[in-house]
Amino acid sequence: MQLTNRSKQVSNKQMTFAERIYLPAIATGLGITIKHFFQKKVTIQYPEVKQFLGPVFRGRHVLKRDEQGRERCTACGLCAVACPAEAISMVAAEREKGEEKLYREEKYAAVYEINMLRCIFCGLCEEACPKQAIYLRHDEFVPVFTERDQVIWGKDLLAENMNNRYLRKAWTKEEAREQDLKGVEAEPRTQL
Amino acid sequence: MTIDVALIIKAIIILLIFGITLLIAMYSTYGERKVAAFMQDRIGPNRAGPFGLLQPLADAVKMFFKEDFIPSQASKWLFILGPCLSMLTALMTSAVIPFGDSVKYESAPGKVWDIPVQAIDVNIGILYVFGVVSLGVYGIMVGGWASNNKFSLLGAIRAASQNISYEISMGLAIIAILMMTGSLSIRHIVEQQHGGNWNIFYQPLGFIIFITCAFAECNRTPFDLPECETELIGGYHTEYSSMKLGFYLFAEYINMFVSSAMISSLYFGGYNYPGMDWVQAQLTSSLGEIAGHNVGTLIGTLVFFAKSLFFVFFYMWVRWTLPRFRYDQLMNLGWKALIPLAMINIILTGGAILFLKPLIVSFLK
Repeated sequence: MQLTNRSKQVSNKQMTFAERIYLPAIATGLGITIKHFFQKKVTIQYPEVKQFLGPVFRGRHVLKRDEQGRERCTACGLCAVACPAEAISMVAAEREKGEEKLYREEKYAAVYEINMLRCIFCGLCEEACPKQAIYLRHDEFVPVFTERDQVIWGKDLLAENMNNRYLRKAWTKEEAREQDLKGVEAEPRTQL
Repeated sequence: MTIDVALIIKAIIILLIFGITLLIAMYSTYGERKVAAFMQDRIGPNRAGPFGLLQPLADAVKMFFKEDFIPSQASKWLFILGPCLSMLTALMTSAVIPFGDSVKYESAPGKVWDIPVQAIDVNIGILYVFGVVSLGVYGIMVGGWASNNKFSLLGAIRAASQNISYEISMGLAIIAILMMTGSLSIRHIVEQQHGGNWNIFYQPLGFIIFITCAFAECNRTPFDLPECETELIGGYHTEYSSMKLGFYLFAEYINMFVSSAMISSLYFGGYNYPGMDWVQAQLTSSLGEIAGHNVGTLIGTLVFFAKSLFFVFFYMWVRWTLPRFRYDQLMNLGWKALIPLAMINIILTGGAILFLKPLIVSFLK
């Protein structure tokens, strides 16, 4: 029974003289390696040059704000429920009068913490969020930390900076696929 | 007083040869990693200093600061002796290699010293090299045996039998050259290849045999069975750490450079290059007798290093091209192919010297 077309007939024929003295084959091999010697290198100088990893790569988290800079999160806790690593915890609070410019809805997260040692960057929080408040950035990683107090990220690190908003071409995998089909070119490697 | 200055020049030359040999061996480790990377479409070490040029120093620092471990069941003194022997024999060979023509020095008017750029010009240079290279096996054998580790011992045995087997055909390949030149002095052999009259054009078969054996003698791929990681962990230096391991690895690179220098002086004319007489005449007419000669020597020395370094590169090039031989294939190649070929080469050379040479000479008349 033939499963694939890749089967190869093995032959035990005697080697010819040219094959037996090895030298032509060695010369061919040397030619191949020297060709690679002058070829363009594939190495990316990582910390200096970062490769674009795709529009929906799951990097570090960001708590989105809306256009007027109000936090979208309503502390519903769905992300924490969805989180398989139980990395997310939050404390909800009610919006006071005069805080309308800070929080979009009546309830907000007074404390929102993600334990970066627990997080597995699965993106389930992103999918669970009904308010489109939490996203995993496609362009930044969680930087290496060495101290205990750097492990748990609070709102100070997570909330979006309105001067440098986080935008991307595609927000879902479906959108990204559509854009790929349309032939929207990928972002070039960014020099940092 | 005059003798003293000549002696000082000689001492400087010897120290330079010693230093340059070490320096080249040091930077071959860097070169090896760069060549390996380039052939695999990578960049290689580039973080330590510009282009990673300080990498050998970083490696040396690492080697020095690692724990120097001696296995409890190992024979302690032999364990220490092994890498020392390896290093010693590797460095000794560079003494007889003619790196350049000669330096002229006028101590008094009309009294010109002619100092060859070579540590010692012994008239049995090739025999000396062969003797020392054979001693090099002891370094590996003693080290592997003293480790009290079966993998080390296996590696050492492999190294010993491989080196012995390939020394025979290497010697036989050299005999053809000795028949042509009639001298055992390497300087003499180089001088006979004046200009572009290189031995490679008369001894292509001998060259192929010699270079194959040189690969085997240096334990380089495709003949690196003594230290093949896949079978023997690390071969004879499995148990070694710190600078003792560094010595073994370093000795390998010195051996590589020395054998490259041997190849270029025996087959590729050493410090001779086509058109050297013309260059020498130009230099003498423009710079004067002595300075012109010295500059010519310098150019010749640079040519010699260019040739040697090309062969060092060739070693690396082959390493990243060919896979390792199996041990029986290695022995078959050595005993059943190279030794008969070398003997045929001797017969052919002898026949050519006897019959072809007078024929050509009479034809040219």
